[in-house]
Amino acid sequence: MSFWQKYVFSVDHKVIGMQYLLTGILMGVIGAYMSYVFRMQLAFPGKEVPFFGLVTAAEYNALITNHGSIMIFWFAMPVLIAAFGNFLIPLMIGADDMVFPRINRLSYQIFLLSAVILIVSFFVPGGGFGGAWTAYPPLSAKAEYNLTPWGSSLWLLAVALEFVAFLLGGINFITTLMNSRAKGMKYLDIPIVLWMIVIASILFMASVGPLIAGAIMLLFDQLIGTGFFDPSRGGDPVLWQHLFWFFGHPEVYVVLLPAMGIVAEVMTTFSRKKLFAYKTVLFTTIATGVLSFFVWAHHQFIAGIDPRMANIFTVTTVLISIPIAEMLFVYIATLYGGSIRFTTAMLFALAFLATFLIGGVTGIFLGASGADIYFHDTYFVIAHFHYTFVPIAVIAVFAGIYYWFPKMFGRFMNETLGKIHFWGTFLPFNTIFLPLFFTGAAGDHRRIFTYANFPQLATPGLQDLRIIATVSVVILICFQFLFFWNFFYSMFRGAKAGKNPWNANTLEWVAPSPPPHGNFDVFPEVYRGPYEFSVPGRAQDFWPQNEKA
Amino acid sequence: MLDFMSLLRESASTFARDIDHLIAWVAILGGFWWLIAEGVLVWLIVKFRHKEGVRAQYITGEKKEEMKWIHWPHNLILLCDVAIIIMAINVWYNVKQKLPPADDTIRVIGQQWSWRFVHSGKDGILGTPDDVETVEDLHVQVGKTYHFKLETTDVLHNFSVPVFRLKQDSIPGRVITGWFKPTMTGTFDIQCAEMCGIGHGIMMGRIHVQTPEEYDQWLSTQQKVAQSH
Repeated sequence: MSFWQKYVFSVDHKVIGMQYLLTGILMGVIGAYMSYVFRMQLAFPGKEVPFFGLVTAAEYNALITNHGSIMIFWFAMPVLIAAFGNFLIPLMIGADDMVFPRINRLSYQIFLLSAVILIVSFFVPGGGFGGAWTAYPPLSAKAEYNLTPWGSSLWLLAVALEFVAFLLGGINFITTLMNSRAKGMKYLDIPIVLWMIVIASILFMASVGPLIAGAIMLLFDQLIGTGFFDPSRGGDPVLWQHLFWFFGHPEVYVVLLPAMGIVAEVMTTFSRKKLFAYKTVLFTTIATGVLSFFVWAHHQFIAGIDPRMANIFTVTTVLISIPIAEMLFVYIATLYGGSIRFTTAMLFALAFLATFLIGGVTGIFLGASGADIYFHDTYFVIAHFHYTFVPIAVIAVFAGIYYWFPKMFGRFMNETLGKIHFWGTFLPFNTIFLPLFFTGAAGDHRRIFTYANFPQLATPGLQDLRIIATVSVVILICFQFLFFWNFFYSMFRGAKAGKNPWNANTLEWVAPSPPPHGNFDVFPEVYRGPYEFSVPGRAQDFWPQNEKA
Repeated sequence: MLDFMSLLRESASTFARDIDHLIAWVAILGGFWWLIAEGVLVWLIVKFRHKEGVRAQYITGEKKEEMKWIHWPHNLILLCDVAIIIMAINVWYNVKQKLPPADDTIRVIGQQWSWRFVHSGKDGILGTPDDVETVEDLHVQVGKTYHFKLETTDVLHNFSVPVFRLKQDSIPGRVITGWFKPTMTGTFDIQCAEMCGIGHGIMMGRIHVQTPEEYDQWLSTQQKVAQSH
């Protein structure tokens, strides 16, 4: 097979997963660069930023807008759902590929197109879209307000196309899990990560429809002067907010669930423990998914909706802490009685729990309507939000990459470099976002280009905290070069890994490393659940799903 | 270094104290569970680290006596949640739903990228010829209950006065009514807290909370200005 057939136009789920992974990481690098630029502006306002130059207010807005859009739509989703979903689903259920391999390839190609359109939008007349990643009209709907006529339309087009790509991907995930399982694999024998990816896909498919419709309506408002969101033409700007957040809040769980799944796989393997209460995890996952559709308006408490609505959404929002707390407790309980090995993957998995707990607890401040009046749109929200999303999209992703790397490439990543990378990620991450809880509590609003105009916020104490956060961003970014070196060097030169280097149970470890097109030499048959570690009376402390009694 | 705390302590409206108390309660209840969860996590990580020759235990977590370790904390969290919900709704009701009778009413108009304020003037009634209009500076009297009528001429803005713990979006085509009652004299920041375009970061204003005498004096200078035009 030629290079093009093998790596570019392949229909192999693993190649497509890898394409999603690398494209997602590349977009993540661009998003991280943007955060570096605007953090530098906040810490040292008006100074030239190395590797960028002076930041104008318009550029600042475009940077924060596209940082948010990229990190969620072009980094977290493609990596967590598409990359891990594509790579893992057929392997872990013992199938040779997705049910619709060509739709799978089409999904990636549309995703790639959307990424290209987004990048192009930075370089068109007027520059990139700067109306915040939530794109509230009328600012986003009229060029006379946002001054980025091309940028805002291309941004919207890119977002809409990206959603189409993930709709196509989701169809494959759900169908494949339901239909292609190995002989003997019952629903309760499916590894929890696959359940989580598929439930996330269902959430995505059920929530994204309104937003695709909304995006098209907003495009019409921009391009042909309709007034869906313009009150002077009979529209309503708040309608967009409902459409956006009806999707936007479940979206948090769309990326959270695969991350929780990855962490479960890593934790069980490296603590040699059965997942505590598998069925409870599964049912709380479903409960979280269902509840996530009834919380969206907590983003709109002070948006001018009928104030009575805030009461209903306070109840649902605070109550979603129940299944989430249950899931986290179950994960912590899994460690009890274990034999924990601190591999790099395990360190990241444990760090996920430790940091996500902070994200979860601080969310209650924002879900409680009375407290949200003060915290809304401050840096407290930013800190909370990143304490949920960085564990999800960065820390859990690293856990997954270090864990499955031997399967992806047949080689190990270097563990020493990995551990340095872990501490170089975990510590600065905390010193970026812990200070921001305090600046937010002190009244720092988000999306402000410089605080020099606000006498109460331009104090040295607050500026010190902003500088600490910014310096930490730079340190965090520097340590990621170590990861890239380790990743690409190990891909070709790392120590060779066998089929099942971690002594794990799930079916992907039955396939050769790396698995060829078609995955398995002999298709496995399944006899038991995925987490039968340390079963009494057995010589080995693991018991692969395909091993006959 | 720690003087950012001063802003947290500064609460200059009647409901600011209520919101601060709610925040403190959420911090106490959430912080309690957070400490327990992190503590148990760290304890387990240290206690059950891999030791040569010691094998992990086989625990399914499906038996009743195992699940109680999850269910009990879980039930207690539910209780804390209910308490937080009741407190939150109570504060919300007082700040956003219940409108106490007004001593005076002001118009607040957001536009790209400044705030316009219309004061009711000597007669205390909006929409009369003695109204006083200002840009970026809002003057109010300490101890009086104000209703504000929030409008916008273009995009969404958000009328935010951090020391009042007050925040409200404005929406084109609507007039949103809210209230506040200042308790402390001084000059404080007004910010726009909703992304409103290129000038969003410089869209600021000042609120001057004055004694009745200071306010009257300011009002008379304004009306002199108006008459001289």
